Amino acid sequence: MSLCILKRWYEMPILRRLLEFKMYRKKLHSYNTTHTTFRHRWIKNLPIFSSRFRPIHSDATQTPKDAVDLSKFPVERIRNFSIIAHIDHGKSTLADRLLEITGAISTTAKNKQVLDKLQVERERGITVKAQTASLFYNHQGQQYLLNLIDTPGHVDFSYEVSRSISACQGVLLIVDANQGIQAQTVANFYLAFESQLTIIPVINKIDLKNADPERVEKQIEKVFDIPREECIRISAKLGTNVERVLQEVVSRIPPPTASRDEPFKALVFDSNFDHYRGVVANIAVCGGHVRKGDKIVSAYLGKSYDVNELGLLRPDEYPTDGLYAGQVGYIVAGMKDVKEAQIGDTLYHQHSPVESLPGFKPAKAMVFAGMYPMDQSDYTSLRSAIDRLTLNDSSVTVQRDSSVALGAGWRIGFLGLLHMEVFNQRLEQEYNASVIVTAPTVPYKAILSSAKLIKHHGSEEITIVNPAQFPDRSVVSEYLEPMVMGTILAPDTYTGRIMTLCLNRRAIQQNMVYIDDHRVMMKYLFPLNEIVVDFYDLLKSMSSGYASFDYENAGYQPANLVKMDILLNGQSVEELTTIVHKERAYIVGKALCERLKDSIPRQMFDIAVQAAIGSKVLARETIKAYKKNVLAKCYGGDITRKMKLLKRQAEGKKKMRLIGKVEVPKDAFINVLKRKD
Amino acid sequence: MTKMVTRALLTAAFAPSLHVRRCSSVIERSDLIQTVTEEFSGSKSVLNEASLYLHWPYCLRRCSYCNFNKYIPKSDNNAVMTACLQRETETLLRLSQVSSITSVFFGGGTPSLAHPSTIAAVLETVSRHAALSDEAEVTLEVNPTPVGKSKLEDYCQAGVNRFSIGVQSLQDEDLRILGRDHNSQQALQTIAEAQRLCPGRVSVDVMFGRPGQSLDRWESELSELLVLCDDHVSLYQLTLERGTQLFKQVQHGELTLPSDDVTAAMYASARRILHKHGFRQYEVSNFARRNAISLHNMRYWKGGQYLGVGPGAHGRFVPLGEGGVVREARTQTLEPDIWILEVQQRGHGTRRRIPLSHLGLLEEVLVMGLRMTEGITHQHWQLFSSDLDLHEIFGTSMDVQELLASRQLVLDDRGLRCSWKGLALLDSMLPTLLLDLETQVTQRQQRNHVANRQRGKTASPS
Repeated sequence: MSLCILKRWYEMPILRRLLEFKMYRKKLHSYNTTHTTFRHRWIKNLPIFSSRFRPIHSDATQTPKDAVDLSKFPVERIRNFSIIAHIDHGKSTLADRLLEITGAISTTAKNKQVLDKLQVERERGITVKAQTASLFYNHQGQQYLLNLIDTPGHVDFSYEVSRSISACQGVLLIVDANQGIQAQTVANFYLAFESQLTIIPVINKIDLKNADPERVEKQIEKVFDIPREECIRISAKLGTNVERVLQEVVSRIPPPTASRDEPFKALVFDSNFDHYRGVVANIAVCGGHVRKGDKIVSAYLGKSYDVNELGLLRPDEYPTDGLYAGQVGYIVAGMKDVKEAQIGDTLYHQHSPVESLPGFKPAKAMVFAGMYPMDQSDYTSLRSAIDRLTLNDSSVTVQRDSSVALGAGWRIGFLGLLHMEVFNQRLEQEYNASVIVTAPTVPYKAILSSAKLIKHHGSEEITIVNPAQFPDRSVVSEYLEPMVMGTILAPDTYTGRIMTLCLNRRAIQQNMVYIDDHRVMMKYLFPLNEIVVDFYDLLKSMSSGYASFDYENAGYQPANLVKMDILLNGQSVEELTTIVHKERAYIVGKALCERLKDSIPRQMFDIAVQAAIGSKVLARETIKAYKKNVLAKCYGGDITRKMKLLKRQAEGKKKMRLIGKVEVPKDAFINVLKRKD
Repeated sequence: MTKMVTRALLTAAFAPSLHVRRCSSVIERSDLIQTVTEEFSGSKSVLNEASLYLHWPYCLRRCSYCNFNKYIPKSDNNAVMTACLQRETETLLRLSQVSSITSVFFGGGTPSLAHPSTIAAVLETVSRHAALSDEAEVTLEVNPTPVGKSKLEDYCQAGVNRFSIGVQSLQDEDLRILGRDHNSQQALQTIAEAQRLCPGRVSVDVMFGRPGQSLDRWESELSELLVLCDDHVSLYQLTLERGTQLFKQVQHGELTLPSDDVTAAMYASARRILHKHGFRQYEVSNFARRNAISLHNMRYWKGGQYLGVGPGAHGRFVPLGEGGVVREARTQTLEPDIWILEVQQRGHGTRRRIPLSHLGLLEEVLVMGLRMTEGITHQHWQLFSSDLDLHEIFGTSMDVQELLASRQLVLDDRGLRCSWKGLALLDSMLPTLLLDLETQVTQRQQRNHVANRQRGKTASPS
């Protein structure tokens, strides 16, 4: 009820401004930080005077740097929250505004995705790596410490999300006023909901011409069961109503349940590696306090460390003397290896051990792909690039692998497709590595029936990552494949087409809900294998980009799996062997044969390209023999050019791989194995 | 001793090494060079002779399929061009020091645009500096236009004794698409006139794989032509070259070329039809009746020396005149105006000289030799490779064994050659053969090198 009144107030612009002005003036007397906010408004209204006010402002922002005494922030005046949103719904823009309003960064047009530091994040408009920013905010005469823990938006990064969320008590759920609820909104909502966090729905981009906040509020009410009155309508881009978001953070989100009187206890929720200082761990202090020079112990390893440095992230590192219960910050304690700062680990004071915090389940790789250096001589440099990248991304699993066609490389496990793409892009952008990425596969399982094999593997159930390890039907009682629960949101005009697509991918519909008059939310249980390669692209293109898709893991289910061989004139091509569902074997086999046919040049004899299960051939393509291959004209002036061409072919021949009598260019398999771009 | 020194020189052929100087004091220099050159660039008989190619770069118009070096002349520079062709001919004759020119070929461009006096002047220059027998084959490429036809007699007077006529097609519509400036009737009239002047020494060029051409139409067209033509036919498949108008038309879908399978069938049926009409195939694209083969072209395929005169012309010869010992691949400056300027100012228009290594020369001999139906005879190979014969090179190769077993290739007492079906697939076999050749030649050179070093060591204390 009170919210309604507040809302009505805000609809009266003059009154609102007066009110705000008064409020800021009041703050001005008590706290320096509010200068920023004041200036911000002031400049907006009276741009001419801005230059005169700037010097005053810069003085003002200098002050708190030296003055911050975190002990002044009791738990009651701390709020830990994160922002979750579907891609492009404005999460990073809102974060930029919050940082500006609270003076963490200065107000310039250049502030775009301040928290997204990686090139890939800025290019794709996504957040990959969680960042933290501590904000000082005055509310009703009290200064609060608001810790904004920025989370990745995509469920592929849900391990990051859940880690971040574990340090929070509330979230801002951003929804685009035009696009409404999207698949990732749903997934993110459930993550927060299941963690029992306070959820504040924020409808962003109300300045857009096609904005329909009313409709979105109805969707939120219908899908998430949150009363529409609780939604805050904002424009992060213009700064409209952003101040209110901060007020609501303070008033709605509860403070962390931590006590300063307990012994020191902190959760490591993230870590980074710095070449000079070693591990920089992000911690949430759950009890007591920690100061520079303290001796702390990692519960996981039992090793003790000296605290060299600690402080807040604003979002840059901001050293302080101590961190207190309920606060979030970073700590440098001479850890040399990221493995020492196990994410989910508990830290405590050397002489007062505590019970460990629940921690996190290690993230499980769900999508595997081979990665090979484009040129084998780059193996070492690619290895070090992968090593360095995995330092900051513990969710990636790396296993050495080798292939006759591609040489030595790795089979790398990712949490999902986007995760894989981002990893690859970071390898290329940040480490300048050229990589061949094979088509992604998923981890299958087999329940063994042969006692001998069970003994050999030490368990009845085995996981199969590489098709070469696929055990024969005769020694297996059941094969299992990983499943995912997929959420698709789309305008209802596309429902028919989407249902057909899902059906073709062996998906089983779980439910279908209209979230408003025109938009449908569908849930399907998919075999993960069916969505790893091209499902999302197809979905996007068939819905003119309107459908959104997200998924979460849904365990394993029995599946009729077979190993399919690709044969060249009867000779099996080991690196193209695939595990496939029997129903889909023909389609997959046919496509593989076609791609291979296009990648192998014609030779002096016919080449049969076949897909086979055991001795049964499913699909066949024929590369017809050359009937004529000779240059028509070759006189005195043609020799030089002709020789050059032939020499190049002869050189190329040296690099051909022989399968039976068939000469296969090296890139033929790459073309077949590589994901289609 | 002589052998040893020669080896040392061979292995160090391109490194200007001390060996050379030290050795030259041991043996008479001219003898040495002679020996080295023979080992390196073919036997004495190869070195004394050359054929001569003259390039007339001008055309009246651009054929839609042609990316050859040709220019539409801006003004009449017949006289200047003539002078330059003569001057360059002299230069190259002097450089190569060949004693005889075995054949002359005027190609282009459209050499039948040149004045007959140009032809006469060039031939006269040749005769002044080298032996040019009356019997020597002198060919001129002719565009079968009425103008071309009317000049044939004068060309004969000038010394031409063989005509190669660019008929290309007997379908007027196709000639138009190809951008030719003649029609089929004019072509037939030109053939008749040329035959009257040089009976048995007239060749026709004909093209298959043309836009929209079908196998049936090709067969009947060829049969029709064979009744009317003389004793020599050159058969070319139209190849789509980048940068031509035809290329663009095909790219834009305005014209469609027959598929690979269809052109392969066209080639096969053409070989059959020509055979039926008494034409013996003697090279991939060349067929002759009554032994009317082109001697000039045979020299290319047999690895003979040739001088190339004119803008963009290629040559292969040992520049003995300036002390050279290895065969060089030479190219003349491409643009006519610049070529003319260079010849006038520097006395030569050679733009690029690339020395051919021993292996490089053998590669050319192999690639060109296998285009002939008679292939490479052992004697022919011996002229260029005195220490490695064909059996040594190819006899042990598994790949070659397979080609022999599948009867694509024949290696016997006569030499190495393609079978009837193998000839159509020559370019698929050549990379394999080139690799084998490289392996054997390199191994031999390494063995010789090691042997030389050891001999050198034992010799040094003395």
